[in-house]
Amino acid sequence: MSYLPYALAAWLFVVGLYGVVSSRNLIHLAVCLTVMQSGTYVLLLAIGYKNGGAAPIFRPTRHKAVDPVVQALTLTDIVVSVTVVALILALALGAHKESGSVNPDEIADFSG
Amino acid sequence: MSTILAFPVALPLVGAAFVALTDDWTPKAVKEFPAMLIAAATVAFSTVILVRSERTTLVHWFGGWHPRHGLALGVGFVAEPLGAGMAVLAGALVTASLVYSWRYMEEAPRLYRVLMLVFLAGMSGFALSGDIFNMFVWFELMGVAAYALAGYSIERLGPIQGALNFAITNTVAALFLLFGTALLYGHTGALNLAQIGRSLAGHHAGGVVIVAFTLLVAGLLVKSAVVPFHFWLADAYAVSPVPVCAVFAGAMSEVGLFGIARWYWTVFSGPLDPHAHAVRDVLLAMGLVTALVSAVMAFLQRHLKRLLAYTVISHVGIALCGIALLDSKALAGAANLVISNGFATAGLFFACGVLLREFRTVDELLLHGRGRALPFLGVVVALAAVALVGVPYIGSFLGHSTLDEGATEHGLRWLPPLLMLATGISAGAVLRAAARIFLGWGPREDSLLTPEPPDEVPETQASRPVMVAVTAVVVLIGIGLGFAPGLEDRSEHASDRFRDRQAYVERTLDGKVRRYGPPAPVVLHRAKPSSIAYGIGALLIAIATAALGLYRRRVPATARRAGARLLDPAVAGLKTVHSGVVGDYVMWITVGTALVGGVWALTLHGP
Repeated sequence: MSYLPYALAAWLFVVGLYGVVSSRNLIHLAVCLTVMQSGTYVLLLAIGYKNGGAAPIFRPTRHKAVDPVVQALTLTDIVVSVTVVALILALALGAHKESGSVNPDEIADFSG
Repeated sequence: MSTILAFPVALPLVGAAFVALTDDWTPKAVKEFPAMLIAAATVAFSTVILVRSERTTLVHWFGGWHPRHGLALGVGFVAEPLGAGMAVLAGALVTASLVYSWRYMEEAPRLYRVLMLVFLAGMSGFALSGDIFNMFVWFELMGVAAYALAGYSIERLGPIQGALNFAITNTVAALFLLFGTALLYGHTGALNLAQIGRSLAGHHAGGVVIVAFTLLVAGLLVKSAVVPFHFWLADAYAVSPVPVCAVFAGAMSEVGLFGIARWYWTVFSGPLDPHAHAVRDVLLAMGLVTALVSAVMAFLQRHLKRLLAYTVISHVGIALCGIALLDSKALAGAANLVISNGFATAGLFFACGVLLREFRTVDELLLHGRGRALPFLGVVVALAAVALVGVPYIGSFLGHSTLDEGATEHGLRWLPPLLMLATGISAGAVLRAAARIFLGWGPREDSLLTPEPPDEVPETQASRPVMVAVTAVVVLIGIGLGFAPGLEDRSEHASDRFRDRQAYVERTLDGKVRRYGPPAPVVLHRAKPSSIAYGIGALLIAIATAALGLYRRRVPATARRAGARLLDPAVAGLKTVHSGVVGDYVMWITVGTALVGGVWALTLHGP
């Protein structure tokens, strides 16, 4: 199989990370986290992919199939990440209510 | 009967649902009890597992999916003494916290209790699981519960900032874990720790293995808050409710450290063993920097919770040094340190809660001398500080002396004095705060200390006798572990087993049961003279640090000015780096991961 999916996975991960580092808006930052997360999805699916493989349902006939484990992992991970993103968005909403801003620089209340 | 392994996880999860469901109908007088009882029962189950696992490693396959022909099919829990001990520690601290917070939470107490139970389930699951993806899920579960607990007072900006920094940095960490897990699965086709370990053993470390190792370790270094991955921790602790802080400090960071040791010994020790020195050097350097830098940061704080947060990071650094030595004695030392420091620090956070209730602030300078009204609490705080120092035969001394012996056996004679210095400085910061608050020593102003974050909402309904009693009990446990008879031999024996990949793999995949001899005879720990000297040295450094913090003005002016010229830029630099902006923190995580990975890419390759 080609290396393209792996390259794409790495690219999504790194570009998402860049977004998290440079973001000046918490909503945007949460989206960047999901971009990073998408990188892991692509990686997982690429690992389980087989050329010409079909869905892993072996009745009535046995045939070449893709790896169902990584699909289960991806689904689990989607569920987990939804929880986290929802929480971060709720906190961002709270930050906006309290300070009128969703800029991480401006809501930095304390340091040192 | 291996089903018992499911209880430390199933019980708090089902219990959380039960509490969420029935809380509204429960009479107000007994509202707090179900959660407490569930947590206490969880500790009981974990303790039974701990005791049983001392004789033989316990394995439970969920749904009866046992391995076939040495191939893991399902998800399994594997309990050996260190993992089970971690679950007991987490459970004990959550139980203490729930008792302590009797009538503490005025807002949404139901959610608080539910979240604490879910948090406990996450930590227990992480400690017992034998499957890397399953561990990731527990990691996320404890994370989500912890973010929500940190941002509990969502009507104020401070907690929001702390919880956001916590959530974002730790989510990035979780993604590192997931990426590393996916790479390992692609490389070995397995998710079970034993299976991955078996399939990696006997091969050289290739690029994929090194990248996966780096990502997995970096993810856990964020969770356990090792410099430069640590920035979120002080922000999160400073704003979390006190009972939550106690659990964070005593159990959560340590769970991260536990994961590093688990993954190294079970999964990676095969291919990385020929390069153990490279793994050791990197982790040791990070541990030392963490221990020293955070001890200094602790000294610069006046907000008590933030001060304690930095002492927690410093202790994490010391424990990481113990893990980094990659040997049984040092690992046992780290484990003992985690337990005794965990209880003592939790006790100190509890004491903060009492101060907050009485005086509506946890600012050391504002509290100047006001603690005289609470002499008993003052004694408890002083005892906790002594436990942190590791004065011979008290508190963390057992851990320190075992770690020191491990380091000396490796010929690292310079390590114990440096750890002594770190311990002394961070404990000195606690002693200084205690002397200022409970004795009224020292000036009321100190420009060196970082101004405090805005103050907390005091929880006035809480019951002071309950709070003080829990504080005292927790501190006494922390102190008592220093001279618990037989603990040293048992923990060393447990560490030997923890490091034995062969036995773990054969037990998990082939069902080959090994019985371990009866528990080591109960003997009192006998420390070497050098360890006793380090213990006393740490105490002297702590007292000197505290005195310097309180009576700096009595130093001759010329010496003071020279010192200021030398140290001021460093102090200012340290404070600037801890900027409170989450983008900077993630930048540090990225740079740290790249550095660690770069060093390992150069050193771990080849035969």
